[in-house]
Amino acid sequence: MSRIVGWLTAFGRFWYDFIIGDDWTIAATVAVAILATWALSNAGIDAWWLLPAAAAGIVGVSLRRTG
Amino acid sequence: MINSSVFVVTFLAAAVEVIEMVIIVVGVGHVRGWRSTWLGVAAGLVVLAVLVLALGTALQAVPIGLLRLMIGSLLLVFGLQWLRKGIRRVSVNGLRGMGERNAPDEDIPASGVDWTAFLLSFKGVVLEGLEVAFIVISVGLAAQALPSAVLGAAAAFVVIGAAGLLARGLVQRIPRSALQLIVGTLLSSFGTFWAVEGLGIDWPGSDAAILALIGWYVLTAVVYVAVLRRERRPALQEAR
Repeated sequence: MSRIVGWLTAFGRFWYDFIIGDDWTIAATVAVAILATWALSNAGIDAWWLLPAAAAGIVGVSLRRTG
Repeated sequence: MINSSVFVVTFLAAAVEVIEMVIIVVGVGHVRGWRSTWLGVAAGLVVLAVLVLALGTALQAVPIGLLRLMIGSLLLVFGLQWLRKGIRRVSVNGLRGMGERNAPDEDIPASGVDWTAFLLSFKGVVLEGLEVAFIVISVGLAAQALPSAVLGAAAAFVVIGAAGLLARGLVQRIPRSALQLIVGTLLSSFGTFWAVEGLGIDWPGSDAAILALIGWYVLTAVVYVAVLRRERRPALQEAR
């Protein structure tokens, strides 16, 4: 039982490190930007530019946060 | 009898996808190490072969948009983390160490599987391989020349794969800090492209938008490196 819990914990930790890394704001910004792109697109607005713009912006913010 | 026009069309269309696959594999292999990267490639090819053999022409029913969105989002998040680390390292070290042997990253396990390298190469191979399979099936069935389409795609794998193996020597000369920045740029570009495509939104210029995205992330990196260097200058002068 404890081996399974340990394995699940390690599995969860790996995915957390893989996706979130040392700054959760990157994953959060990408998620919000994708949702906003989808919403704008559904409203008839061509929003392909939003994700690259948000991505470039969050790199700067993350450089400050982890500096 | 080979249908030459189907062969050429499939070769060119598949080559675009295989180039993307090879770029990811070569970049990840050099930054994270080759053993786990090759394991990811092998696992990806096995999954791909099973999917193609099991589903056959029904493969077209696989929700490729959802796959693109999920894999693209993960690649983008991971690519931005590498881009940020690469920017910081290049702003401190510059391009020093060009041609020297690179020290391994501290977070790469000395033994066992490096799951980061495994997953990145696995995802790249499965997604791009599926796209090649879709091209083969749609072109081959439309022209009623499936064997020619399969041969065209196989030729693209052999030619672009061989070019990727040759490129390994060149990539080895790039210092790790710069390489992390380059691979971060590429992963972010492909991730952005696939995530937006996965939402069902068309890019202006279609696949050529990937080049514009690479340019955009390179520009972003150059600007941030310059800003960090300018900020470090007074601190260094004070320390003297």
